Amino acid sequence: MQKTLAQVKVNVNEEGYLTDFNQWTKEIGAEIAKEQEVEMTDKNWKVIDYIHDKFRKEEALSIRGIKKSGVINIKEFYKLFPGGPLKKATMIAGIPKPKSCI
Amino acid sequence: MGKTKVRKMLFILSKATIENVYAAFIMANGARMEGIESEIFFTFFGLEAIQKKKLEHLRVATVGNPAMHIPTMLGGLPGMEALATKMMKKEMEKLDMPPVGEFLEILSGSGCRLWACKLAVDMFHLKKDDLIDEVEDIITIGDFYARADQENTHLLFI
Repeated sequence: MQKTLAQVKVNVNEEGYLTDFNQWTKEIGAEIAKEQEVEMTDKNWKVIDYIHDKFRKEEALSIRGIKKSGVINIKEFYKLFPGGPLKKATMIAGIPKPKSCI
Repeated sequence: MGKTKVRKMLFILSKATIENVYAAFIMANGARMEGIESEIFFTFFGLEAIQKKKLEHLRVATVGNPAMHIPTMLGGLPGMEALATKMMKKEMEKLDMPPVGEFLEILSGSGCRLWACKLAVDMFHLKKDDLIDEVEDIITIGDFYARADQENTHLLFI
């Protein structure tokens, strides 16, 4: 389905994840963050950069990967993206929700 | 994505076999990842998973476990448990499942609260010092029930 974010029409699934990463812009990410009640600081954007990097390399995201990333520790990660960090961070990053159980 | 109806998941881990420990850890971590509160109460053999000296030496049960698909008599041979454990750990590593110690760090970092059962700690003659630092306190089952006493909370015994 379609949704207008930051004055742009984008395709999203029923949960609100972008279905085409090419449509993503930082403005769209910021808009999704607002909807998810996540306040985006520089550190939040660093995490989004990390997620994009992993996505481009086609490497799976996991909480262990976040721990080893050197970008952020687990405690900060939960603090920066309250209420389901990986779920929210991937949504803001415009990529699909991770399918892993860990 | 609305807020979840389930607010809090409480796990009681009473066993020390790898499959049970990971079941508790994965569910507790999964809850946190969904924005649900989670806590684990370690009792009886489950205490092995939070003892500094023991947590990296947990094993798979090869005897009395029909899903191993090896005859019970063979499962009891020396080295069988170690071998099965090694194989399982290899598969877990492939899926990026953290070892027990690292998993506990992740859980603690995520805000999952870890408790040790007072009765079991006394029974095994353990001290707070034998347990990892991430364990918040040694509490009674009554204390744990008090932690469960709110709406939309689930308790699970493993």
